[in-house]
Amino acid sequence: MLAMIIVAPLAGFLLNGLWYFFVQSSRGAKKAGSTSTGLLATAAVFLSFVAALAGHILLLRMPSGARVIEQKLFGWIHAGGFALDFVLRLDPLSSLFCLVITGVGTLIHIYSIGYMSKDSTPGRYFAYLNLFCAAMLLLVLGASMPVMFIGWEGVGLCSYLLIGYWHSDILKAAAGKKAFIVNRIGDLGFVLGMFVIYRHIGSLDFFAISSGVSSAVGAGMPVVAASLLLFAGCVGKSAQIPLYVWLPDAMAGPTPVSALIHAATMVTGGVYLMARVSPMLMLSSGAMLVIAGVGAATALFAGAIAFGQNDIKKILAYSTISQLGYMFLACGVGAAGAGVFHVITHSFFKALLFLGAGSVIHAMGGEQDIRKMGGLRGAMPRTFITFAAAWLAISGIPPLSGFFSKDEILWRAFSSPFGGRIFWAAGMLAAVMTAAYMTRLFSLVFLGGGRASVRVHESPATMTVPLFVLGALSVAGGFIGIPGMSAIGHWLEPVLGQTQASRPGIGHSAEWVLLASSAAVAAAVVWVTLKFYEKPARAAGFRQKGRVVADVLENKFYIDELYGAMLVRPLVAISGWAWKKIDDGMIDSAVLCAGRISIAAGALARKLQTGQLQAYALAMLFGALALIGYLVHGLG
Amino acid sequence: MKIDPWMVQALAAGIFMIGFAGVLVRRNVIAMLMCVELMLNAANMSFVAYAWQHADMAGQAVAVFVMAVAAAGAAVGLAIVVSLFRALRSADTGGITLLKE
Repeated sequence: MLAMIIVAPLAGFLLNGLWYFFVQSSRGAKKAGSTSTGLLATAAVFLSFVAALAGHILLLRMPSGARVIEQKLFGWIHAGGFALDFVLRLDPLSSLFCLVITGVGTLIHIYSIGYMSKDSTPGRYFAYLNLFCAAMLLLVLGASMPVMFIGWEGVGLCSYLLIGYWHSDILKAAAGKKAFIVNRIGDLGFVLGMFVIYRHIGSLDFFAISSGVSSAVGAGMPVVAASLLLFAGCVGKSAQIPLYVWLPDAMAGPTPVSALIHAATMVTGGVYLMARVSPMLMLSSGAMLVIAGVGAATALFAGAIAFGQNDIKKILAYSTISQLGYMFLACGVGAAGAGVFHVITHSFFKALLFLGAGSVIHAMGGEQDIRKMGGLRGAMPRTFITFAAAWLAISGIPPLSGFFSKDEILWRAFSSPFGGRIFWAAGMLAAVMTAAYMTRLFSLVFLGGGRASVRVHESPATMTVPLFVLGALSVAGGFIGIPGMSAIGHWLEPVLGQTQASRPGIGHSAEWVLLASSAAVAAAVVWVTLKFYEKPARAAGFRQKGRVVADVLENKFYIDELYGAMLVRPLVAISGWAWKKIDDGMIDSAVLCAGRISIAAGALARKLQTGQLQAYALAMLFGALALIGYLVHGLG
Repeated sequence: MKIDPWMVQALAAGIFMIGFAGVLVRRNVIAMLMCVELMLNAANMSFVAYAWQHADMAGQAVAVFVMAVAAAGAAVGLAIVVSLFRALRSADTGGITLLKE
């Protein structure tokens, strides 16, 4: 049954892919709409959702300590003492991820039917999208690290294919390459971490790792090394400092792809891995400190950049990076459950934000600059109302979903033995930034007077219905993790272990104080920012006054330029040198030299061939004499 | 004077060398063909002499074969010479380097 979850989208990929390959791309084929392929792909993911739901219900019926469904598909690698089977495993953690992936995935597939209706190769698009779902499900269902790694690489491949989906645009193709290459750096960490774990624990199965790590190794160097190496993999996949640079560029892909892959699912793969190995991470407070620090820094850094951006999708991309930083902060303070909770609520409201942005871009005829939008409230009421729900959710206004998950993380950052006031303060500051830049975005796009030069129209129902479903989830999704009765925390306990007790001296009342204060702060920031952007002239004047800061933010702290100068250009220079000197100069010239020698030898030998019959006869005479001499006298 | 087999062999060797020298030094293609015939007949003489010496008729049979093949060879050779002459207006080997191509 677990295989069904993966096989369904895989079958959709094969059908759509083959259909595209043999029918749609053939010469003279009629330009096909996206409806038939889209429906097929949607049906495949929906089937997978039903299977995931069935698995979830089966888990619910089991006693809470034994909620595991395993399925061994086949024996995979048996070499020497190393044996590895291809096992899928559904437990509370992977079940939640499966539901999110297939649920949000289904909605985004439906949305894509409308969004891609004018595309010329929808078969290819939906085939990639289905393949992505299959790979992502394999990532979360794999019971051991190598199985997970197949999915891990598979989602990277699909991300590359979909970012560069419009590959005739050289910039978009380059963005795809950038994503792929930056991810490779992280993947190296993943693989090395896998080696360290196998070396010291002797198994790559996640259950065996969790149980083996405490008894066999203790909190020695191997645990720290493995934790940090795996974290490096997550840094690449989940776009944390310093490898976050690929995610903003990934917005070159179609907007539903940004929603599904680069907001809701793939980029949370790193958080999944961190949660999966959290029993190991807990053993090393040093590694935890690094993870929490990187997460907090990313949340702040990306939040600041998001404030300076003007491209609607870029803002959402940096917002995603910032929120992912939040999730890593949670993992780093030993509250992986809170991180997973935020993954879920974030996937709802961030997918909704992206889809809403896609709806806006669709309506504006491809315009992505928020300074050229405005007053879309009247023209696009459905998009407006759903986007507003997502905006309030991400800003942390109670009782929407984002408030609960964000607050859970802030509380854990404050109270956990791994946490501290500094992490709480960083998270709070990031929350303030989030509320501010999201309100700026919302205000510039939907409120105020119209600055649009095109006639905007509301999107078709295939696009707005998913918006409403996600809107409902964004509003209500937080109730799975209300403080005090945290359903999701109890659900994940068998996998992640008991929730860490608070540091001594922090009472339960503190939680309510923090809760109330963060709600108040979020509301205040939203209100102030709304007022501020009511008059665009005032905002422009403010920007003029702080021009230096604004320029730095708009140019993303010049990080891309810095990487260009520090890494890319030296690499290009070294490559150029190696090409000119080593390849051209040494290897090629050695090959050419061999060629020249044989040409020269040939030129010499050609002189022997005069064409004179009698010269040949003379040579024959000498040959015959030599032969006779040999026969008569021998060599002596 | 009694004729010994070695005398005949010596004569055959002499004629062969004369023929070979002719092939090497003569520039005229027809003269070269004649010299080839000379070499063939020297070989024939050698065969016949050995047949006589060993009282074995196989040598004589080979000599008859060689004569037949030589006749065919001469016919083909002369035909080549004729077409060569038609093509190049000359029968001088010094100017013919067609084998080089």
